[in-house]
Amino acid sequence: MAASREDVKFLSNPKLGLRGKKYCRFRKFGIKYIDYKDADFLLQFINEQGKLLPRRITGNSLKYQRRVATAVKRARHLAILPFVADLMK
Amino acid sequence: MRHYEVNFIVDPVLSGDEVKATAETIQKEIKGAGGSIVHVDEMGLRQLAYAINKRSTGIYYCIEFACESSEWLVKFELNMKRNENLLRFLTVKLDKYGVKYNDDKRNGRIGSRSKKKEAPVAAAPSADADIDTVSAPEVVDLDA
Repeated sequence: MAASREDVKFLSNPKLGLRGKKYCRFRKFGIKYIDYKDADFLLQFINEQGKLLPRRITGNSLKYQRRVATAVKRARHLAILPFVADLMK
Repeated sequence: MRHYEVNFIVDPVLSGDEVKATAETIQKEIKGAGGSIVHVDEMGLRQLAYAINKRSTGIYYCIEFACESSEWLVKFELNMKRNENLLRFLTVKLDKYGVKYNDDKRNGRIGSRSKKKEAPVAAAPSADADIDTVSAPEVVDLDA
């Protein structure tokens, strides 16, 4: 009466709560240059108020987080992104 | 050779000829100082994220150029600052990846995301330039 693998039942989905490890998308996909004119792309790194998201949330490596920050700052100067906003997304 | 990129926003109140003249004088200045222009990107009328000098829209230009010396850039930026037709400008030095990115973008080698990006950009000016678009269909109707 040995139960096969498929018969083993769990009370809850064992995959629940397991989140994939965060990674730096620039490292992973080999993106070397961050375009400061691309507002849609930069929108992924700022919150609803137009503030930069921390590395702890985006998972960027330090090198690319710095580049994201400069790109966002350049975009703000050129009025591509706002300095302050309410409900951007 | 160093590659630079200069972005500027021209006042939308100016007439089309004046806008073009402003862009051309800047190009001439770059050429006069020994720079060679790689590409001129006219991004057209776009909505500003915040008002500058009480203007809510602006005509965006981006010129990529290469030059040997960078000393004249100080003078160049001073002239840009004094130019009253401009709302904003930004000069950026491009690294080798930036040069490659711009080259790829021009040749359409940057994937589907750039296509998606063009759609809202193309839609935005049409909303701003309502006056132009409204008058245009009427002319077409009369001809038909």
